[in-house]
Amino acid sequence: MSALTSLFVREMRLATRVGGGALMGALFFLIVVTVVPFGVGPDLNLLARIGPAILWIGALLATLLSLDRLFQADRDDGGLDLVLMGETPLELVVLVKCLAHWTATGLPLVIASPLLAIFMNMEPVAIGATTLTLLVGTPALTFVGAIGAALTVSLRRGGLLLAILVLPLTVPVMIFGVSAATAAVQEPVPFATPFTILAALGLFAMVLGPIAGAAALRHAGD
Amino acid sequence: MRLIDYANPTRFLSLSAALLPWIVGVTVVLFAVGFYLVFFVAPADYQQGETVKIMYIHVPFSWLSMFCYMTMAASALGTLVWRHPLADVSAKCAAPIGAAFTFLALATGSLWGKPMWGTWWVWDARLTSVLVLFIMYLGLIALQETIEDPARAAKAGAILTLVGVVNIPIIKFSVDWWNTLHQPSSVFRAGGSTIATSMLVPLLVMAVAFTFLFLVFHLMAMRNEILRRRIRAMRMIEAAGVE
Repeated sequence: MSALTSLFVREMRLATRVGGGALMGALFFLIVVTVVPFGVGPDLNLLARIGPAILWIGALLATLLSLDRLFQADRDDGGLDLVLMGETPLELVVLVKCLAHWTATGLPLVIASPLLAIFMNMEPVAIGATTLTLLVGTPALTFVGAIGAALTVSLRRGGLLLAILVLPLTVPVMIFGVSAATAAVQEPVPFATPFTILAALGLFAMVLGPIAGAAALRHAGD
Repeated sequence: MRLIDYANPTRFLSLSAALLPWIVGVTVVLFAVGFYLVFFVAPADYQQGETVKIMYIHVPFSWLSMFCYMTMAASALGTLVWRHPLADVSAKCAAPIGAAFTFLALATGSLWGKPMWGTWWVWDARLTSVLVLFIMYLGLIALQETIEDPARAAKAGAILTLVGVVNIPIIKFSVDWWNTLHQPSSVFRAGGSTIATSMLVPLLVMAVAFTFLFLVFHLMAMRNEILRRRIRAMRMIEAAGVE
């Protein structure tokens, strides 16, 4: 088993066992979406219209909330130093850690979103479109968030700062994710245009996130 | 003289001390000429009347909000690639100035938008991307303030600055890519400027004046930061000596 595969397996085990909190993100997602109708009122037409946006905001917040431990736990137990000294390129390590983190916390959000979309009174087409945009978009959020997690790795209470640093960078993902999801329902706008841009942003983040994250981790040591 | 020769903080301090009075003088003259042109020479717009004068401060603030970020990005490269010791001082000092200029660009734009567009704020691509820039400046300042060790804070800030550079082309071209309420680029564009010369000249003078103002603030802030770091080092030496 190669080093990266065993890292992935390790991350998944840590996330799913006691103290990992893999499903905490999904639970938070459920609560955010539940709170919205209390705020805006139980108007089903309104909820159907803003549904994709609510699901996206919920997914964004849930992703951010779970990110602060991405590298911090490894730093606390010394694992990060071993990885830094190892032969495996740090960029690939960050990439694999992000993928494992997304599988443990991002994927449950995507799976939960059709169910929550029913609460929002969304049409079947809109449900499908929103789920698809979340499937493509949440990895981008994780990769961009990894930069913030790496920058704040040495800080005791880095969680809030992480959100402040990362949220402006996630605005494009958010814009195209929501516009693709709403374009699926509204007639004149094509679904493919914003969706392909969203996919491109995801691929871009997949390159930028590990490189910038690895650079930040290297400098956090010295 | 290469750029690295200015890396010595003492040399930088003496050089900037010699240059600053001249730069301040140039800035004052430029502002005097600029304000004269704006208030007495430049014509009022046939549609907008006298409110068009807001343009002469709004546009320079907006340009400088991006210019300042690019200064920080160049400094960030200097920190990460060449480990230039003054680059992180430059980046750190540019952030609050940039945040202030961006805020003033938003505020003056809002004051101009109320009589012209009938609203203080719209969620238009240009306005939104500048707001994101403002938040990024604040985030950078927060990151610098949170990490105690200056060297580590500088590197973390440099990485975040470079990642955030993505936003600059989005701001610049947002008015061309999306159909927005904010008017498209009218000064620097292919096929020449569409703005009348009687307005363009005062605008450019004001832009140069504000750039010099930025230079003055930036140099003064850098001098202060270097002195602040010296005080910190002296205190630490003293604390170690007492022990």
